[in-house]
Amino acid sequence: MDPLVLVSIRNLVKRFDITGGWLDQFRFSGGKISKERTVVRAVNGVSIDVAQGETVSVVGESGCGKSTLARTVMGLYPAEEGEVYYKNTRIDNLSEAQRQPFRARMQMVFQDPYASLNPRMTLGEILREPIRFHQPKLDKGAVAEKVALVMEQVGIDPDWHTRYPHELSGGQRQRISIARALTVEPEFIVADEPIAALDVSIQAQILNLMMDLQEQNNLTYLFISHDLSVVEHISKRVAVMYLGSMCELAQAEELFQRPRHPYTQALLSAIPKLGKAASHEKLTGDVPSPINLPPGCVFHTRCRHANDRCRLEIPQLLTVEGGTQVACHGVEEGRL
Amino acid sequence: MDKLLTINNLNVDFTLRSTTLRAVNNVSLSVNKSERLGIVGESGAGKSVLGFSIINLISKPGRIASGTVMLQGEEISSYTYEQMRQIRGNRISMIFQDPMMTLNPVLTIGEQMRETINAHASMSAADVDAICLEKLRKVYIPSPEKRLDQYPHEFSGGMRQRIIIAISLLTNPSLIIADEPTTALDVTIQAEIMDLLLELCETEHMGLILITHDLAVVSQVTQRIAVMYAGSIVEQGATEQLITNPQHPYTKGLLGALPQRASRDGRLNQIPGVMPGLAKIPEGCSFRNRCSLAADICLTQPVLEEKTSGSQVACHMVK
Ligand SMILES: Nc1ncnc2c1ncn2[C@@H]1O[C@H](COP(=O)(O)OP(=O)(O)OP(=O)(O)O)[C@@H](O)[C@H]1O
Ligand SMILES: Nc1ncnc2c1ncn2[C@@H]1O[C@H](COP(=O)(O)OP(=O)(O)OP(=O)(O)O)[C@@H](O)[C@H]1O
Ligand code: SF4
Ligand SMILES: [Mg+2]
Ligand SMILES: [Mg+2]
Repeated sequence: MDPLVLVSIRNLVKRFDITGGWLDQFRFSGGKISKERTVVRAVNGVSIDVAQGETVSVVGESGCGKSTLARTVMGLYPAEEGEVYYKNTRIDNLSEAQRQPFRARMQMVFQDPYASLNPRMTLGEILREPIRFHQPKLDKGAVAEKVALVMEQVGIDPDWHTRYPHELSGGQRQRISIARALTVEPEFIVADEPIAALDVSIQAQILNLMMDLQEQNNLTYLFISHDLSVVEHISKRVAVMYLGSMCELAQAEELFQRPRHPYTQALLSAIPKLGKAASHEKLTGDVPSPINLPPGCVFHTRCRHANDRCRLEIPQLLTVEGGTQVACHGVEEGRL
Repeated sequence: MDKLLTINNLNVDFTLRSTTLRAVNNVSLSVNKSERLGIVGESGAGKSVLGFSIINLISKPGRIASGTVMLQGEEISSYTYEQMRQIRGNRISMIFQDPMMTLNPVLTIGEQMRETINAHASMSAADVDAICLEKLRKVYIPSPEKRLDQYPHEFSGGMRQRIIIAISLLTNPSLIIADEPTTALDVTIQAEIMDLLLELCETEHMGLILITHDLAVVSQVTQRIAVMYAGSIVEQGATEQLITNPQHPYTKGLLGALPQRASRDGRLNQIPGVMPGLAKIPEGCSFRNRCSLAADICLTQPVLEEKTSGSQVACHMVK
């Protein structure tokens, strides 16, 4: 493996069985009883190599599988297929105990700073907990020092360690969530919509903080967001997902200047731009359900370039000029 | 120009056990016939409270403390509940962020549409259905005849919001108040809904008040923008003027914080601090504790007045 790759996601597949009770799986049709399970195919064979120190963003519409991908990479959901490597170690199949050292190196920051902080704990307690867990031998003074250090790093006065989350604003709470991730000195942070719940004026504060911390602590980010102008700004590379599949992966600049996949093109043209009249490409039709994935290209039901091959055959990722990876028959056939 | 809606010195208070909080502070606004006005500001600025006050739907512990709202020359802020009911959903419609807040999950779309028409007019069943179908076509619902008998859960989020818009068109209102109508939707769907609203405002000659925190969205749809901060309007002006030449330090800060305006080294321009809660709004200019220009004079409250740029600005430091 490329020594610069920190986290390697290989053909990851995650399904959710939502059949319900055991009786719900039986169907009666044509005079016969059959068994049928209802499965949400949330992530279907996604591969991304995240290099040390870079920010890779994952974008796509609601329900396309961004959070599921993040949680599966973090080991919060078991994968059905595929592998996740941390440096050279395969980590998706490890036992709880074997996984322990990796839990400190990989941390996650969530969208909702209200839900992710325990309201009954003071900020100090919230920040001490992961340190105690991962470094039980550290003495009290060293723990306190570390808590003060991370609070300072995220711009919260360490004297506030006796306060409770409800005394903080949304932006301050998100700072504490980030501080909590930093306490265990991670190398890799997965941030799932970390600014979506915040106001514009506060979003800039948190993004600046994340960029500063990345530089100071040499952090690697997997950043999930639906705000494409933010993504354009902070990412080195961007992965575009649609219905559980990755349709394009490219350098941020390349993607925003020369989107190749028809879905990426539609998505980018829909971003509202300050002061410019809307001139977006209209998509028709609804997003199909991940329970009944369409055959062939998952995007063909809304794609104006779809042909018969698109309706039958799943397009594979193909590397085109500029290093962009794109899964589209139209691009491969040179008609796009 | 023909005034559709005029708000004069509106104050809305929330009376709590220990204190009274002012959520809308001395707001004056107007919307011309067929004009589209955007109200932007961050969470808690008072945008929704203002929107609800226009149609007198503020409930306890909130109340309109003073000020007037005029609709085409009638002072609707003094109307009785019954009179107001005739205005709401008839001459003024409102669209919310969550379509399910307006749609009844146990009634079909057709039932809900017919109910709305019958509440405001008496017509034959065939005429009512014809109107329903016409409005559903206007919002581009494919094969509306089949859709009338379906329930809200059978539609996607974007389609539900279209149906809400169709319902709000049923009574041919002259003003639509849309409170974050696309915040819950994906960008591609958001763009469709905004296009639709824009198109309908033009073809049906409706005025629009678009409430949102998204500057890019308002800048595409509206002709005029009012910026709210901590209950007050701090700047108001023609959309292009306000976007390209913002005057109030807060408006400048908001626009400057967008990633497109980041500095060379990649840092975003941030406004320090946070918007204070209603109980902690500083005296004088409500923005002064976050403002880099603040001086002694800012301890007195600035009034919203026309400045040399042509926009109305509430700031002592803007000429
Ligand atoms: N625990 C679960 N059980 C069953 N289905 C799930 C579960 N988590 C997610 N899903 C389904 O998997 C699909 C992908 O969901 P996911 O939350 O990953 O999307 P997302 O891209 O993060 O969307 P959003 O932008 O709304 O956060 C959706 O269809 C969702 O309903
Ligand atoms: N019932 C209530 N009692 C007390 N205060 C209230 C009540 N309803 C609203 N407020 C306060 O009024 C202020 C304005 O709220 P409003 O909902 O209008 O904000 P907004 O600008 O619409 O924000 P958002 O973007 O989050 O929708 C807030 O500070 C809010 O806390
Ligand atoms: S593979 Fe076909 S259907 Fe899919 S995006 Fe490309 S052209 Fe469209
Ligand atoms: Mg998600
Ligand atoms: Mg609101």
